[in-house]
Amino acid sequence: MMNTRIKRPRIHLGAWGAPLGIIGAVIALAWIVVAFLAPVIAPHDPLAQDLPRLQAPGGDTILGTDSLGRDVFSRLISGAGVTIPLALLLVVLSVLIGTILGSIAGFFGRWVDETIMRITDLVMAFPTVILAMVIAAALGASLLNAVYAALIVSWPSYARLTRGLVLGLRSSNYVVSGRLLGFSPWRSLWRDIAPNIIGPILVLASLDIGTAILLLSGLSFLGLGAKPPTAEWGSMVSDAIGNFDQWWLGVFPGLAILTVVVAFNFVGDALRDALDPKSATLRGGGPTL
Amino acid sequence: MSDVTPAAAGTLSGVRDVLTAVDVTVDYRGHPPVRAVDGVSVSIAPGEVVALVGESGCGKSSFARAVVGIEKRSGGTVHLDGADVPFLGLRRRGVQSTGIQMVFQDPNSSLNPRRRVADQINDGIRTAVARGDASSSAADWLERVGLAADAGRRYPHEFSGGQKQRIAIARALAARPHMLVADEPISALDASTQTAVAALMRSLSLEAGAGMLFISHDLSVVRRIADRTLVMYQGRIVESGHTETVWQNPIHPYTQALLAAIPIPDGAGRLPLAPLEEHRAAWTQVIPEAIDRELAA
Repeated sequence: MMNTRIKRPRIHLGAWGAPLGIIGAVIALAWIVVAFLAPVIAPHDPLAQDLPRLQAPGGDTILGTDSLGRDVFSRLISGAGVTIPLALLLVVLSVLIGTILGSIAGFFGRWVDETIMRITDLVMAFPTVILAMVIAAALGASLLNAVYAALIVSWPSYARLTRGLVLGLRSSNYVVSGRLLGFSPWRSLWRDIAPNIIGPILVLASLDIGTAILLLSGLSFLGLGAKPPTAEWGSMVSDAIGNFDQWWLGVFPGLAILTVVVAFNFVGDALRDALDPKSATLRGGGPTL
Repeated sequence: MSDVTPAAAGTLSGVRDVLTAVDVTVDYRGHPPVRAVDGVSVSIAPGEVVALVGESGCGKSSFARAVVGIEKRSGGTVHLDGADVPFLGLRRRGVQSTGIQMVFQDPNSSLNPRRRVADQINDGIRTAVARGDASSSAADWLERVGLAADAGRRYPHEFSGGQKQRIAIARALAARPHMLVADEPISALDASTQTAVAALMRSLSLEAGAGMLFISHDLSVVRRIADRTLVMYQGRIVESGHTETVWQNPIHPYTQALLAAIPIPDGAGRLPLAPLEEHRAAWTQVIPEAIDRELAA
């Protein structure tokens, strides 16, 4: 018997030749590594106030110190360990909630669909950041509460996407064939539908990681996320407001947010282009923020 | 089982029918509403192949889907082995109703592109086992439909249209159905594959003792594989009976027009004449003698 290679119908990553996608993936991965290694590679304790205050970058402190004598560089890399995992958690939870509700709406239709879709309309009608602010204010300021608040506003886009995809596949011949063979709705969704809709959902999720980081840092910046001693990029930028002359306080955390968000967006864009060349944006990158 | 509707259209064999459809009606809502199938009845015995022919839009696909339960019936009944075939709603289909299976027209959409072929045939085998029938192997089914036994490891995109249709047939038959409904299973295939797949479907369903309803607009293939032929026009059966009788001596003007439209490969290059509008009025007439025609002596 010939030992032929079995080609699985994979997501073709041809467009990964797109340089922006590779650059994005490298930067995003680097930040994730930094996030994990933060306690090991930080030269100082990010919370210790034992250095000279407002010291300019250079010498012992690469990125200077803040108004309380804390090392900005150490705070920056431990901030990666705070924001990035929470942003990933937020996206994973939104995908879970959104895809489950969207699948149910799309598969069962009728009043189930109506109910779920009207709820998503309701949530989507609110301005995202303002609704998240209200929820974070109501729950109290903490990073986890900021995640919950962001979760409430971020799942509906997944629900809508999934619902549309499931609706399109529900009456396809192979799903109907499965139903005729006695598949339960859940088996149909899991075996026949899920493997065929996972690609677009992953693209949306990768594009959303940047948005999630921006939203969480934004809430912290407004004082609705991380509580004071925590090294979080948004609250670091917020602390810098009082010390405008010390540019390093705001610029470095700002740059950290910028690079992470742009990197994840490049990855998402490259994934989208790889999956669907028709929606390719100019030179691989696109305005998604 | 005494609840079998006896009013069904007559069958040629004396065997108890596996499928009995009586006065099936399908309506499509809209402006104006469309009655796609208007009171069609058919009974099919085990091992019998019944063809349903007609032009595009005559309602033959709607009837096929209504028989299986994919399309909602607005009237009439369908019984499989004496038990009602319910509409395929959101609930899981009962074990008894899995005795009716379907093969679709488009081979490219009838298989899940992201699951291995053997896994999909195993779904059919599992259905047969759940009904209490004997188990079988995907490799065996692949060989029976003329594919390599180890083709099961592959994914559908590695097969041609005809091969995909063979796999879809294998999956449907692996469920050991008592009734197989094929909705234009060969019209998406090229000419040389069409006959082979049609012949395969006949031999396999005969072997399994299953009845088959074969929807097609290809009359020359139908003549080769169908025991009985039903001719449908505008949602109604205008002529039915033994395939040879209908073929040799059509009574209804629509059947005559349909048979006259088959190109003859005699090298003369003659194309059949297109039907005229005034003919269409005659095609809707009801001719009772054209229904249930027996085999000519």
